[in-house]
Amino acid sequence: MKDNAESYVTEDGRTIGPVVMEMKNITLRFGGVEAIKDISFDIREGEIRAIIGPNGAGKSSMLNVISGFYVPQEGEVWYRGAPRPAMKPFQVAQQGIARTFQNIALFEGMSVLDNVMTGRLTHMKTGMMAQTFWYGSAEREEIANREVAEKIIDFLEIQAIRKTPVSRLPYGLKKRVELARALAAEPSLLLLDEPMAGMNVEEKEDMSRFILSVNDEFGTTIALIEHDMGVVMDLSDRVVVMDYGKKIGDGTPHEVRNNQEVIDAYLGVAHD
Amino acid sequence: MALIECPAGQPASVPALLHRNAKQFANAPAYREKEYGIWQSWTWSQTRGEVEALALGFMDLGLNEGDFVAIIGRNRPYLYWAMMAAEMCGAIPVPLYQDQNAEEMAYVMSHCGARFAVVGDQEQVDKVLDVADDLPEFERMIYLDSRGMRKYDHSALNQYQDVQELGRKNRDKHIKELEARQAKLNYDSIGVMLYTSGTTGKPKGVVLSNRNIIETAKSSSEFDGLKQSDEILAYLPMAWVGDFIFSVGQALWTGFCTNCPESADTMHVDLREIGPTYYFAPPRVFETQLTNVMIRMEDASRFKKKLFDYYMAHARKVGPAILDGKDVSFGDRLKYRLGELFIYGPLKNTLGFSRVRVGYTAGEAIGPEIFDFYRSLGINLKQLYGQTEATVFITAQPDGQVRSDTVGVTCPGVELKIADNGEVFYRSPGVFVEYYKNAESTADTKDAEGWVATGDAGFIEPDTGHLRIIDRAKDVGKMADGSLFAPKYVENKLKFFPNVLEVVVFGNGKEECTAFINIDLTAVGNWAERNNIGYASYQELARHPQVMDTIQSHVEEVNASVAQDEMLSGCQIHRFVVLHKELDADDGELTRTRKVRRRIIEEKYHDIITALYDGSKQISTETEVTYEDGRKGSIKATLEVRSAKVFPVAHKMAAQ
Repeated sequence: MKDNAESYVTEDGRTIGPVVMEMKNITLRFGGVEAIKDISFDIREGEIRAIIGPNGAGKSSMLNVISGFYVPQEGEVWYRGAPRPAMKPFQVAQQGIARTFQNIALFEGMSVLDNVMTGRLTHMKTGMMAQTFWYGSAEREEIANREVAEKIIDFLEIQAIRKTPVSRLPYGLKKRVELARALAAEPSLLLLDEPMAGMNVEEKEDMSRFILSVNDEFGTTIALIEHDMGVVMDLSDRVVVMDYGKKIGDGTPHEVRNNQEVIDAYLGVAHD
Repeated sequence: MALIECPAGQPASVPALLHRNAKQFANAPAYREKEYGIWQSWTWSQTRGEVEALALGFMDLGLNEGDFVAIIGRNRPYLYWAMMAAEMCGAIPVPLYQDQNAEEMAYVMSHCGARFAVVGDQEQVDKVLDVADDLPEFERMIYLDSRGMRKYDHSALNQYQDVQELGRKNRDKHIKELEARQAKLNYDSIGVMLYTSGTTGKPKGVVLSNRNIIETAKSSSEFDGLKQSDEILAYLPMAWVGDFIFSVGQALWTGFCTNCPESADTMHVDLREIGPTYYFAPPRVFETQLTNVMIRMEDASRFKKKLFDYYMAHARKVGPAILDGKDVSFGDRLKYRLGELFIYGPLKNTLGFSRVRVGYTAGEAIGPEIFDFYRSLGINLKQLYGQTEATVFITAQPDGQVRSDTVGVTCPGVELKIADNGEVFYRSPGVFVEYYKNAESTADTKDAEGWVATGDAGFIEPDTGHLRIIDRAKDVGKMADGSLFAPKYVENKLKFFPNVLEVVVFGNGKEECTAFINIDLTAVGNWAERNNIGYASYQELARHPQVMDTIQSHVEEVNASVAQDEMLSGCQIHRFVVLHKELDADDGELTRTRKVRRRIIEEKYHDIITALYDGSKQISTETEVTYEDGRKGSIKATLEVRSAKVFPVAHKMAAQ
């Protein structure tokens, strides 16, 4: 086991930093249903961490715990060396955590650019009056933020749809716009809920390439949920496997692939 | 023919022109590119600064005179500068098609022995690195976009701006040498080497001298009265001679501004924002735009549609005449003005053609309806005929003498002659120096007196002096009964239907003609949508009986029109299939400039061709396809062979 505060280099030459977030014995209940049962794992700086598991395993609930949307009944979430209290979504965003959703949650009537700009909200400091009349600092601030948004639009190669209303875009592009909006917040931790669900092979390859470039270029730590095993194994540095709310595996893609419990969960062995 | 010498006092090389412009048009915009949503521009004097810095950087990295520098990427000012910088160093730029796969690139780069490459982004870097082991002369790559490049081994890799920085830092060390190298450049030194698209066999490196580039730019700019204040949009492949002449040759000669789109996908938006005054596009682009306009008009409200149809009918009637400055009655002019207000003006604005003064199309024949559509709107669209070996221009249509069926009169300084077999020969100051490392082909193409074979068959209209092209000379053949076989003539007639994307006609030495047809997925797909016809793939749509019926009616219509022409009436299509896949450059079936490669298609689909001639009703076949990333797969399909009605020759009937 590596020390929490230490960096290390993986077999394929990637440098993984110290632990930024740690789940300590998390249990989450909805009434009588235990969605997550006593799960512990950590996320390290600069890594791509995948959470996988069959349907209903509790992956999205886990992501919602990480994002602070759900507060677990038991256990603690440690973020950057301190236990994290219950927070409002905007407070989570201010901590540098951004996310995308399984069922795209964009502002459909707004253009791609405006959607990406909403991701900059936490970085805007001018007051309401200045914003309304768009004078002085408000103007300067918008120009600065627009520049960041444009760089992300360029990065994700969505220049051609900059002014297009989101409602007119195909599914694969909407997913990319959602990623753009999350990136616009310049997060240090990016949570992706099934970024490749419902995509064709080509779209999946594009998305994989973008996720890798984001990680590589901005050094963003990424936690993602994904169904497509091939994608997960190619992309991620470490994988947590969940089944029926329990953690059944944790390690590098190679370790996880050879874990008997994981194989059973995926190939379907009778549960006792 | 004696070579033209450079007039005294006139810049004799591409870098010399750049220096002239930096003085003469110092603060006028030279290059623009949209980046991060904003048009960034560089004046001529800034451009010189950028180019010089890069050239100094090249020198610092050890670029020698006579070296070849491969340039690969989409149209960006930086890559145009790289070409000029290479020329400053006395090296020879070789632009490559950016969508070529690694093997095709390897062939070109090893053929010229490129030592340096300047490339756009990671994708191109990867392609070159893939084949670098087979390129013994290759040493150094300079890339522009640093995304994803952080972890690459940078021992033989530099970032573009870093190279410029290097050049600026070591300016004192190299500037004397750089100036000395530029001083040596003259009309005879090589300005650029461009590889032909390779319609037949391997690509050939066409060497063009500064004489070719500057003389051509000079005479063609004068022919169309191009001005310093003109604007063009550079979006066609940089490896194509036309783009080089427009965006480098003519741009430097007249000092107009070259605008580069943000990305390939944003071309139409950028076109509209820039509103070029001088515009070039292959017929395919005009065709696609017209199809899009028509599709959108189908969906417009009834009132708008009525208004559109009414004024377009009027435009077709008088538009071309007004454009040509012919006599048109006052009433018609007034009505045309109203049409301009309601329809033509807004439409031209949407298309980005509001300011086009001179527009050209070339490369393939353009459909008369398409051509007339744009001209009737008041867009001065003309045709030109040229090739890489001529530094583009052979013939062009002067203002006021524009027709869809000719390619115009000879350009200034060009001489034409027609050989006995109908092949067109020309001689001009633009005639290329040689094919690089291929004396044999050079001798085959260019004779001692400087006449160059175009490979096209055509004739000069006696009363107007306009050149008309029938087909590729080597494709023109004889049917079994001895009548003329000109496949392209028939193919073009069919391709003018929006539903038809590509056609290949067979029949050389046979009793009758047959054809492969590709449907146009945009047009047919839209029709299917409106008629509630579901389809999952190109293949499924292509074999739909109603689609087959439509195509058959098109074929029969073409047969009827071919029958009118006594000379070519033997070329009517008797039987045809609609292919199960689109012909694709990645599969080697088309060239990168999307010209049909007949031999390869004949070999690859010989089973279908056999079926076309043996009377089968259908044919099962399996075809190998190559995906964009180089992987291979195969498609299986059963194709229906249809027979089309043919018509007796109009003239012969009367004679009997």
